[in-house]
Amino acid sequence: MSVTCSSREVAADDIRCSRGVSVAIKNVSIAFGERTVLEDFDVDISAGEFVAIVGRSGCGKSTLLRSVVGLETPRTGTIILGNVAEHSGKPDVRVMFQDSRLLPWRRILPNVMLGLEPALLPHARKVLAQVGLAERANDWPATLSGGQRQRVALARALVHDPNLLLLDEPLGSLDALTRIEMQQLIEDVWRSRGFTAMLVTHDVAEAISLADRVISIEGGRVALDEVVNIPRPRTRGSARFAALEERILGRVLQRRSVF
Amino acid sequence: MNQSQKSPAMKTQLRPSTLAKQALPWVVPISLLIVWQWASSAGILPSRFLPSPRAVVTSFIELSASGELWMHVRVSTLRALAGFAVGGGLGLLLGLLTGSLHWAETLLDTTIQMIRNIPPLALIPLVILWFGIDESAKLFLVALGVFFPVYINTFHGIRSVDRGLLEMGRTYGLSGWPLYREIILPGALPSILVGVRFSLGLMWVILIVAETISARSGIGYMTMNAREFMQTDVMVVGILLYAILGKLADLLAKGLERYWLRWNPAYQAAR
Repeated sequence: MSVTCSSREVAADDIRCSRGVSVAIKNVSIAFGERTVLEDFDVDISAGEFVAIVGRSGCGKSTLLRSVVGLETPRTGTIILGNVAEHSGKPDVRVMFQDSRLLPWRRILPNVMLGLEPALLPHARKVLAQVGLAERANDWPATLSGGQRQRVALARALVHDPNLLLLDEPLGSLDALTRIEMQQLIEDVWRSRGFTAMLVTHDVAEAISLADRVISIEGGRVALDEVVNIPRPRTRGSARFAALEERILGRVLQRRSVF
Repeated sequence: MNQSQKSPAMKTQLRPSTLAKQALPWVVPISLLIVWQWASSAGILPSRFLPSPRAVVTSFIELSASGELWMHVRVSTLRALAGFAVGGGLGLLLGLLTGSLHWAETLLDTTIQMIRNIPPLALIPLVILWFGIDESAKLFLVALGVFFPVYINTFHGIRSVDRGLLEMGRTYGLSGWPLYREIILPGALPSILVGVRFSLGLMWVILIVAETISARSGIGYMTMNAREFMQTDVMVVGILLYAILGKLADLLAKGLERYWLRWNPAYQAAR
């Protein structure tokens, strides 16, 4: 597994390789009634890798994510999560949804504590401070802005120290400035913790600025699988960034021969 | 120019001060009371038809001084609460059951919906036959009446819990009782409390009827007994007591809502 880690250029933090878990999706088909969403879908994700999945609405990218966490059951095929290096137990998978899905009847800190042992309260406080919301610990979710709620949702996922973090368009409903801020935050925690990340997004620029690899789904299959070879931190203005964005967008929109 | 200067002044004039705002709801009842007292004093309103407010107050003071009033209030309140506890408790339990388990819904819901369409008060003749005019008859009627609002709203509340939150809870490893405690129950609570509030109102309505028809104590008995002696003042005291107790029950329900649903901005605004 450590071999796959070297394929990425940032080799400085080795923790990442130990934390993350590999994901092997093989021949997965998912259908809702008559409509086939994914057909013989194959993707291998290395431990610690950040993969973005783009595609048009209804192309099955969210369904793919949901099947990885077990919210959808594939009709055929298998999804295998690799073993975690330091402990042999079941890998910890967390999801961040498009809406924060905070419990409105729990204050912020208890929301972060959801499913956590009470003894880990100091840890939860620390993670909440990491997302910059330590002083809102005793507020109700209803009093927070959309961006703040998503940060709490991120803290709630991170407090479990996941091996795999699934991000289902978590920034889709945020304003442009908050989005960039959140992208930065997600990149930072991913780099420092080294979990495997799968991000579903509509936003090709977001995919390129965060991911090691961008996968586009079309007709239930992988239409494009592109490694993003731009050194981090990535700046959107750069020529390489723009060229890659144009190419991927062209593919997603099915424009032929952009260049 | 002239108009633009005028409008801010108008606004401040139209905005009532806090004192006036608090006094406003009482203008109509107090005026009615004054007119009522005047009509009685002037002899327009004969006391065998309706006593003067002053006579009602005097009668209230006399009844409460002798302790008779409080005895009746206590009996009625205990009846109401016992009926509410039994009927509301059963409604909550069955609502949770049919709301959570599909087989329970299939088994019980049709039956419950059929019984629901029978007005509880229509059962009075049968209930008297079964229980006599004992305490159990009134308890049964109140319990039956409050059962349905609690049951239906609990069922509805459980069914309308946000599916996104349930899904989220499952991905966080919650299932069984923890899922119930963290997500299903709090999610259903606003709806359950609507049922409770509705039931508390219904509770008094049913008790009044039950007590006026057959009782040896309680506010309803006091009122009916007063009728035999043409004591209109005592009758009005009894009626007013029901109004006060009903209002108290509603305040209690509102208090519960405000405490339990304090996370909900819709319940924070009304202070």
